[in-house]
Amino acid sequence: MERTWKVGGEQGEGIDSTGEILAKVLNRTGHYIFAYRSFMSLIKGGHTYYKIRIRDRPVHYHGDQLDILLAFDQLTIEMNWSELHDGSLIIYDDSKKGITPKEDKRLALAPIPLTHMAKELGNEIVKNMVACGASAAAMDLSLTTFEPVIEELFAKKGEKVVELNRQALRKGFEYYRENFRERFPLPPRGNKKLALVSGNEMTGLGALLGGCRFLAAYPITPATEIMYWMLRFLPNYGGRVVQAEDEIAACIMAIGANYAGVRAATSTSGPGFSLMQEAIGLAGMTETPLVIIDVQRGGPGTGLPTKTEQSDLNEMLYGSHGEIPRIVLIPSTIEESLHFTFHAFELAEKYQCPVIVGTDLYLGMSKKSSDSLDLSNYQVKRHSMVTQEELDRLEKGEYKRYNLGVENGISPRSIPGQRNGRYVALSNEHDEGDVEIEDPDLRRRMFDKRLRKLAGFDFGPESIEWIGEREGDLLLVCFGSPRVQLEEALDRLLREGRKAGLLILKVVKPFPAVRVKPYLERAKEVLVVENNGTGQLAQLLRQEVGHHDKIKSLLRYDGVPFTVQQIVDAVQGEKEALYHG
Amino acid sequence: MADRNASMQMFRVDARPTWCPGCGDYTVLASLQKAVANLGLQPEEVVLSTGIGCSGKLSQHFGSYGFHGLHGRSLPIAQGVQLANPRLTVIAAGGDGDGYGIGLGHFLHALRRNVNITYIVMDNNIYGLTTGQTSPTSAKGFKSKTSPHGAAENPIRPLYLALSQGASFVAQAFSGDVKEMTEIFEAAIRHKGFSLVNSFSPCVTFNKVNTYDWFKDHLVKLSERPDYRPESHLEALSYIDQFGGLVTGIIFQQEGRRAYHEENLGGEEIMPFDSPVKMSNEEREKILSYYY
Repeated sequence: MERTWKVGGEQGEGIDSTGEILAKVLNRTGHYIFAYRSFMSLIKGGHTYYKIRIRDRPVHYHGDQLDILLAFDQLTIEMNWSELHDGSLIIYDDSKKGITPKEDKRLALAPIPLTHMAKELGNEIVKNMVACGASAAAMDLSLTTFEPVIEELFAKKGEKVVELNRQALRKGFEYYRENFRERFPLPPRGNKKLALVSGNEMTGLGALLGGCRFLAAYPITPATEIMYWMLRFLPNYGGRVVQAEDEIAACIMAIGANYAGVRAATSTSGPGFSLMQEAIGLAGMTETPLVIIDVQRGGPGTGLPTKTEQSDLNEMLYGSHGEIPRIVLIPSTIEESLHFTFHAFELAEKYQCPVIVGTDLYLGMSKKSSDSLDLSNYQVKRHSMVTQEELDRLEKGEYKRYNLGVENGISPRSIPGQRNGRYVALSNEHDEGDVEIEDPDLRRRMFDKRLRKLAGFDFGPESIEWIGEREGDLLLVCFGSPRVQLEEALDRLLREGRKAGLLILKVVKPFPAVRVKPYLERAKEVLVVENNGTGQLAQLLRQEVGHHDKIKSLLRYDGVPFTVQQIVDAVQGEKEALYHG
Repeated sequence: MADRNASMQMFRVDARPTWCPGCGDYTVLASLQKAVANLGLQPEEVVLSTGIGCSGKLSQHFGSYGFHGLHGRSLPIAQGVQLANPRLTVIAAGGDGDGYGIGLGHFLHALRRNVNITYIVMDNNIYGLTTGQTSPTSAKGFKSKTSPHGAAENPIRPLYLALSQGASFVAQAFSGDVKEMTEIFEAAIRHKGFSLVNSFSPCVTFNKVNTYDWFKDHLVKLSERPDYRPESHLEALSYIDQFGGLVTGIIFQQEGRRAYHEENLGGEEIMPFDSPVKMSNEEREKILSYYY
C-alpha cells in the first residue's frame, strides 16, 4: 500500500518548505517516505516540485504515479498530468486567476483559495501552511502531529509567527474537511523510529566517521549540501572547512592537508570535478591519500545543471593526464552513501591514492526514512604510516618514502613533524627517496610499484549486489541511483513470472571482473540501465567482461529519473526504441 | 656561529641543484637555509611547497619536508598543510610565471585569507625552464620567443597587488644581496599571517635585459632610507610608485592581525594530525538524533 503527494509551483513560492514540513511530519509519525525534489537553475520563477511517496515498508524511489497534486500554478497541473491516475486529487489555488484543471471525470478537484485565506490571516507567506492543512485533511493526518515541527521551524521567529502558522494549518484543514469528500488514508505505520536523511547528509556523516577533518570545496549544486553538513559538524571534532576560490584550489588544498597527515576531502559535481583532474594525477604520483566526492548531474557546459545524470563515469575512471592507481566507489542508496564514503577514507589512506565516491543528484538530494542506520561498526584505524619509533631506529637520511622493497607497493609514509622522516613529495618521477630521475629502468620500477598497490584489490562481496532469480534469462545491470527503480521493476517482473535478476555495481575501479563475470555468463540477455546518453557502464562491462553480443542498453538522459514503468516496458519489448547500443 | 652552520647543514641535501651556473635561485636557496637556521627551526618542522619550473626545484634542494606539486599550485598545497597542522612552518615558493600567471588567483586568495605562510616568488621576468618566453612580469615591449615584436601587455605588479588586497607583509629581495635576502626571509617567516617576498632572481641564460648588473643599477634599498616606515600603507605605495617597484627590503608589515587558521572555524585548536578523533557511540547517536 502506498500514497504519493506532490506540490508544484514557481520556484520561490515555498514549494520546498511545504514539502519539507510534510516530509518531516510523515517521517516523525512512523511512515516510510521517500522525498524527491526537482528544480531549475534559477532562484525565482520556473517550475519546481517536491514529491513524497509514503509506504508501509522502506521506500527508495519517489514513484511513477501521483494520488494528490497540490498545484500552486497552472504549469504544475500540465507538467504532472501524466502521473495522475483514476481517482487522483488536484488541490489547487483558486484565488489565483488562471488555474483551471482540464475537465476529467477520472480526477477529483479541490479548489481552495490558498493565497486569499493566507492574506486574510495577515500574511500571504503562510499559503503553504494552508496547503499543508488541506493536504493533511485529505490524508486523514492529525493536526497535532504538525505541532512539534511548526515549533521547531518557527520558534526562533517568535510566538506570533508560530501561532500564525498554526492558524493557517488549521484553516486549510477545516476548509478541506467542510468542502470535500475525497480521502486518501495513509498506509499503516510502524512503531520504529525513523531517521529522515539525504544522500548528501549521509556522505557527510560517512566522511566524519571515516576520520575526515578537513574539507575544502567550492559551492556547486548538488554537492554544496555536503559542505554545509561539514561546516556544521566538523568544527566539533577539531576539523576545518575552507571555501576555496575554485575547485582546483579545493582539491589541491585537500592533498596538502592529507600530506600533512589529516584525512581530507573535497566535494563537487561534474564541472568542478573536471577542474580537479590535474590534481588527481598529482595525488596518485605523490602517493598522497585523497578523497573526492562527485555528486553527478547534467552540468552547465554539457547539459541540464539541476537534473540528475550519471555521465561522469568515464571521467572518474580515466580522468587526469598520465597513469595512476585509483579507486572509484559508487553508492546505490542513500544509506550506502555513508558506507562507501566511510570506506573511501580508509582506502585512500591504506593505498595512498585518490579515491572517488560517485553519487548523483538523485541520491544526494533526495530524502528517505531510514531504520537501518547503525553507526557502531565504523571505527577508523591509521594505515600505511611509519611511526616515530621506526624512524628513530633508522640512520639519518635512511628513511625512503617511496621504498621499492615493499611487495605490495605500499611504502609507509611519514608526516611533516616526524623527526628523521623528511622527504619531498615529487610530482615528477623520482627515486625511492625524493630525487627526481629520468632513468628509464627506475621510472618503470617506480611506476610498477604504484600500480602494484591495487593489483589484487578486492573490496569484497560488497563490491556488487545481486537480487532476483539466480538462473534468470535476463540480467539487469546498473550502478548508482537507478537501482531504486530497477529493484521495483524487477519485483514486478518476477511477480509476472519473468526469470530475471539485478546486478548492482558498487566498485567500478579496480573493476571486480571476477565477481561480475559469472552473472553475465549465465544470463541470456543483459540490459544495462544508466542515466547517460552513451552507455558508459555498458562500455565498461564490454571492456572488462566481454559478452558484447548480449549487452544492450536502456539509457535516459533527459534530466528525469527512470520510472519503473519505463524499465518494465523496455524489458517487455513494448518500447523497442528505448534500447540503444 | 658553529651551531648556526651545523643547523644550516641540516637543511642541505646531497643532490646537487640542476640550475644553470649563476642562476639567482642558488641565492634564494642559500638565504632560505640560512634564515631557517637562524630561526632555530628543525627540518621536520618546516614544509616547503613549490610549483613547476626552475623555481619549483627549490623544494628538492631544501632539506625540510617538501612538496613539488603542479604548475601554479604551490599555494593551495601550502594552505592545506598549514591549516591541517598550524604548528608547522610553511613556506611556498614559485616563479613569476607560476605565481603571477597560472597561480595568480591562488595568490590573491591566500593573501586575503591571511594564511600563515611565507610566499617567495623567484621573479626573473621570464620563463626559464620552458626556454625563454615572456612572463607575466616581463616589461611591456620585452622581446622573447613569444613576443618577437615586444610584449604587448603591461606587466603584473605584484607589490601593488599585494598591498591593494590587504597583505599583512610585503617585501622584496634581490639574489645579488644574500645578507638582505636572508634578513627578509627571517622576518617573513616570523610574521604571523601571509608574507609575500618577491625575490628578483635573475635568469642568466634567457633574460639578457634584467641581469644582476641591471638590478644593481636600478634597485633602491629601503634600509638605506632611515626614515622609511614599513607600517605605513600609503608610504609603501608612494615608494613603489616613485621607484617603479624597484625597491628592496620590508615594504609593509601589519602586526597583530589574526591569521586565517585562527579566524576559520577550527580556531586555534590544532587538528588531530596524529590520529583521527575516535568517536564514542554516544556521540554517534547524538549526530543521528538530528535526523529523527
